[in-house]
Amino acid sequence: MLKLFRYLKPYRWAVAAVMALVLLQSLSELYLPTLMADIVNDGVVKGDTPYIWKIGGFMLAVTAVGTLVSIAASYLSARIAAGFGRDVRSKTFRKVENFSLLEFDKIGTASLITRTTNDITQVQSVLIMMMRMMVMAPMMCIGGLIMAISKDARLSLVFVGAIPVLALTIYLIASKGIPYFKAMQKKIDKLNLVLREGLTGIRVIRSFNRLEHESKRFEEANGDLTQTAIKVNQIMAFMMPMMMLILNFSSLAIIWFGGLRVSGGHMQVGDLMAFLQYAMQIMFSLLMVSMMFVMVPRASASAVRINEVLELQSSGTEQGAKPSAGEKKSAVSRYGEVEFDRVSFRYPGAENPAISDISFRSSPGEVTAIIGGTGSGKSTLISMIPRFYDAEEGTVRIDGVDVRDRSVEELRATVGLVPQKAQLFTGTVSENIRYGKNDASDEEVRYAASIAQASDFIEKLPEGYSSPVAQGGTNLSGGQKQRLSIARALVRRPSIYLFDDSFSALDFKTDAKLRAALRSETTDATVIIVAQRVSSVMDADRIVVLDDGRIAGIGNHKELMATCEVYREIVSSQLSEEEIA
Amino acid sequence: MNESRGKTPGRGPGGPGMGPGMGGGMGGMGMPVQKAKNFKGTLRRLMGYLRPQRTKLIAVLITAILSTAFAIYSPKVLGEATTKLFAGMMGKIQGDPNATFDLPGIWQIVLFLAALYLISSLFSYIQQFLMAGVAQKTVYGLRNEVNDKLGKLPLKYFDGRTHGEILSRAVNDVDNISNTLQQSLTQLITSLITIIGVIVMMLTISPWLTLILLLTLPLSMIVIRGAASRSQKYFKTQQAELGQLNGHVEEMYSGHKIVKAYGQEENSVAKFDGINERLYESGWKAQFVSGNIMPLMSMVSNVGYVFISVVGGIMVAKGSITIGNIQAFIQYARQFSMPLVQTANIANVIQSTIASAERVFELLDEAEEIPEASADRAVILALPRGDVAMHGVNFGYKEDAMLIENMDIDVRSGQTVAIVGPTGAGKTTLVNLLMRFYEVNGGSITIDGADITRMKRGHLRSLFGMVLQDTWLFNGTIRDNIAYGRIGATEGEIVEAARAAHADHFIRTLPEGYDTVLNEEASNLSQGQKQLLTIARAILADPAILILDEATSSVDTRTEVHIQKAMHELMKGRTSFVIAHRLSTIRDADLILVMNHGSIIEKGTHAELLSQGGFYADLYYSQFTGGSAKASVG
Repeated sequence: MLKLFRYLKPYRWAVAAVMALVLLQSLSELYLPTLMADIVNDGVVKGDTPYIWKIGGFMLAVTAVGTLVSIAASYLSARIAAGFGRDVRSKTFRKVENFSLLEFDKIGTASLITRTTNDITQVQSVLIMMMRMMVMAPMMCIGGLIMAISKDARLSLVFVGAIPVLALTIYLIASKGIPYFKAMQKKIDKLNLVLREGLTGIRVIRSFNRLEHESKRFEEANGDLTQTAIKVNQIMAFMMPMMMLILNFSSLAIIWFGGLRVSGGHMQVGDLMAFLQYAMQIMFSLLMVSMMFVMVPRASASAVRINEVLELQSSGTEQGAKPSAGEKKSAVSRYGEVEFDRVSFRYPGAENPAISDISFRSSPGEVTAIIGGTGSGKSTLISMIPRFYDAEEGTVRIDGVDVRDRSVEELRATVGLVPQKAQLFTGTVSENIRYGKNDASDEEVRYAASIAQASDFIEKLPEGYSSPVAQGGTNLSGGQKQRLSIARALVRRPSIYLFDDSFSALDFKTDAKLRAALRSETTDATVIIVAQRVSSVMDADRIVVLDDGRIAGIGNHKELMATCEVYREIVSSQLSEEEIA
Repeated sequence: MNESRGKTPGRGPGGPGMGPGMGGGMGGMGMPVQKAKNFKGTLRRLMGYLRPQRTKLIAVLITAILSTAFAIYSPKVLGEATTKLFAGMMGKIQGDPNATFDLPGIWQIVLFLAALYLISSLFSYIQQFLMAGVAQKTVYGLRNEVNDKLGKLPLKYFDGRTHGEILSRAVNDVDNISNTLQQSLTQLITSLITIIGVIVMMLTISPWLTLILLLTLPLSMIVIRGAASRSQKYFKTQQAELGQLNGHVEEMYSGHKIVKAYGQEENSVAKFDGINERLYESGWKAQFVSGNIMPLMSMVSNVGYVFISVVGGIMVAKGSITIGNIQAFIQYARQFSMPLVQTANIANVIQSTIASAERVFELLDEAEEIPEASADRAVILALPRGDVAMHGVNFGYKEDAMLIENMDIDVRSGQTVAIVGPTGAGKTTLVNLLMRFYEVNGGSITIDGADITRMKRGHLRSLFGMVLQDTWLFNGTIRDNIAYGRIGATEGEIVEAARAAHADHFIRTLPEGYDTVLNEEASNLSQGQKQLLTIARAILADPAILILDEATSSVDTRTEVHIQKAMHELMKGRTSFVIAHRLSTIRDADLILVMNHGSIIEKGTHAELLSQGGFYADLYYSQFTGGSAKASVG
């Protein structure tokens, strides 16, 4: 939590101003009882009505100042908290945008989203509370103590008794309650999990006829939660009555001992009345502090999560390895020959390499297909080309230059990637296609769409190319999304195409048409395809068969049928006799 | 279940004057509130849930009244002590040698007050203690009811809504009700009693002073109104900006790879900064305006305080009122503004609670699945063969758009039916009908000659085994997930099923083997591995009829070889409906159903369909000729 507050630095003067203003505000609040004491002591006792009016006017002025001051404080703290939230949010987002895929996967998409959104909002709202209450409370407490002692130091001894009792009670109740609060959060999560599973698996649950079983699971989780919730609330039921009791008893003590001092002539009645009010302010400020203790842990969990993101060491793939200008120039070419030279890679912490000892070369105008079983490393392999991951051993070269010697930016500009999951963004259809090339002309966009077999359906949309795409492309079918994501790659006319199982959502017919159109479009480019259907890789110039991260065979369909056992197995599972021939 | 509003511990009223304006707090004030459509009806229905607890509730009410009443009475008693002190002092000042301080009298008052405070606190504790049970038990019942209801709703309900939408009713809304019952209800009671009690006490002290105080009320109302309505506007824009920001973050993060691949980081950050800046603008304004409510309120209350001090002072000086009463009055005035603010706040809370309750009740009122055949009449197939037939079946998700019309099929035990068609052709429709997730609009479906509507749903579904593309596994061990297929399966059977599904090997390579706990998204297994587990589950269930999805997009090549072998094994002797992706499966099928846009457009064997030269033939040829030669067919 405190660590995160380093981002408050630009606002340090404003924070100081808020503190000063809050101090002023507390002083004005504390000054009112003092003035009231004057009314009683000097005005009422002596029956001096003009004096009472005079002090009354003064009190109004103090109130006005107090209000102005607190509005100013509220203005500043709103600006600080919102500004702080904005800064941290922006820093986090920038940081994450620069994460390599490795770093990104370390935390996970869902968690990163929560951290950038909810967690920061949470910290921001606690910051506001802190500036309003947490600053106020100690000021009130200290101010109240000073005023009380100045009115009557001996009577202030009451606090010596009351404050420790109050603090101890808060501590006891909190230390009993907090473990239950934590347990409750876990049980709430558990209940939600059961409920969510029940929703996502509804067909399975019903088909296995396990409704009762699921109901029982839910009732157990629910009952468990209820027990804890009751317990928590019963413990917390102690809190307020105990607080009030302590407060009330200390005021009784003040009245009694104060009464003794008044009767002894050491104190005036007005002062006693003011003293009572100070006592209440002190005690209530302590209560507020205790409330902060409940809120801060929740926010600090958020703060820890945000810090994790901000402090994650970048592996250097994204930032590092920027070659000097001269080198960069020499690396630029529109050729696009891809070469893997004994490349191995393992995910951090993984025992076995995801791919090992991969060597092959693919030249412009050639189609290289990669086929293999689950987890055989196909996607990892093509991720090495745009440097989503860097090789652990060996080198990936493009046109003879190690990819690590090229700037990431320039390298990726030569690559057109079509991922497995067609990811579209909010915007129009043409904006989504233009994602591949910001300055693409309308003709270029239309042309790319027509190659990708997307123009038919786009033109049928109510607003054609200006039709909106919803978040995640939910208003389009899987096949439509995939075609748009292919058009997006086509529009940039890259020298290297990477298709990561990009045709899976297309029906046979569209798939075939698209392939035919692509063939003429990509004659000058290097095309690397990850595929599932043998029928779609059969006519590739080169098929790389992966098995457990190693190359099990390279060659065209005919060669592999003759030499590669793994390939034959795959083929026979998918095609019947005459198709194999 | 996120805390939508900060916990404001139910602060019992009472206690002597708590000094001028309590700054801070009330961060949530001025936020927009959701309103219920039918406030009264929903409220009454919600009350119904409290009825079983009514004795306890009455006890809560009584203790609340008592604790509040005692607390309200105490300042006046305390004032008497001050009056006695003041009298003594005045006597001294006026040089009356006989003037003494009535210390024994004060002591008595102190003792009396101590008793009052003790009793008040005790009652307040009892009240909150009881309420904990009442609130939580009520919510427990409500939650179970919601869950049971979810079990009884037809699939139509779930298909028409996002999970988020349903979860928000079952979780957030119920939680909202729970918080209100726990905190706001008793707060409302004590606040109302306090307001009334305080007014009564103030009137007994001085009607004039009371009038002064009540005059400040409209002032505070105006202040709250003005600030609240303005801040609501800002909160709304803030909410909208936040939504946009979250949307952008979600999109950019889930598309991280694409953003990188296309080098769009700068654009993405620029867009983010734009939204972030707007969020900042509306955010600080919302905070500022709502943050001003408290200072303004306390100003109004302080102005009242000043007037009471002044006017009261003059009245004491004139002897028309005692000093203790003024002190008491000041305390009452202080106690007055707090419950007022609270009541205003609670009014909002209650409105949003009723809106929540309404949404929950809406869910509870949804139409359930058509009731099952009664137990004694229900058909039970002891030895199911797996003959499936449809006679003149009509079906459509909407009444006016029939997808299947007058369909007859007759599948005998052990036969294979392939369902083919482009993605999104609505192949799950058939699954929905066979397993009676949806009801047919006309005609009938029979299994072994018995109409499925005459069977219990549970029994009907137990005849089927299902391996779908979207695997569903729950948060538990691998063993439990496989055993889900059959209640009471032995360890040996589980391992046997896993072996048959070619899953045993990979399971044993996991550090914990069969005891490996799948995490929440089951992301510790690959898609293919998950698929294998669901096959093992189906194998263990040993159904008469299978519904398979040849899910090529999640399980591929090598693993697929295994899966296919396992599936072949599984299909032997069982009637199978296969959502087919592989041509070998399709061609060997006894019956092919060709679907497009949700309807079955052709049916027959491979040879029959080819000779028809329709959609299927087109599909088939386009796959194998690269789309060039037979383009004319399309």
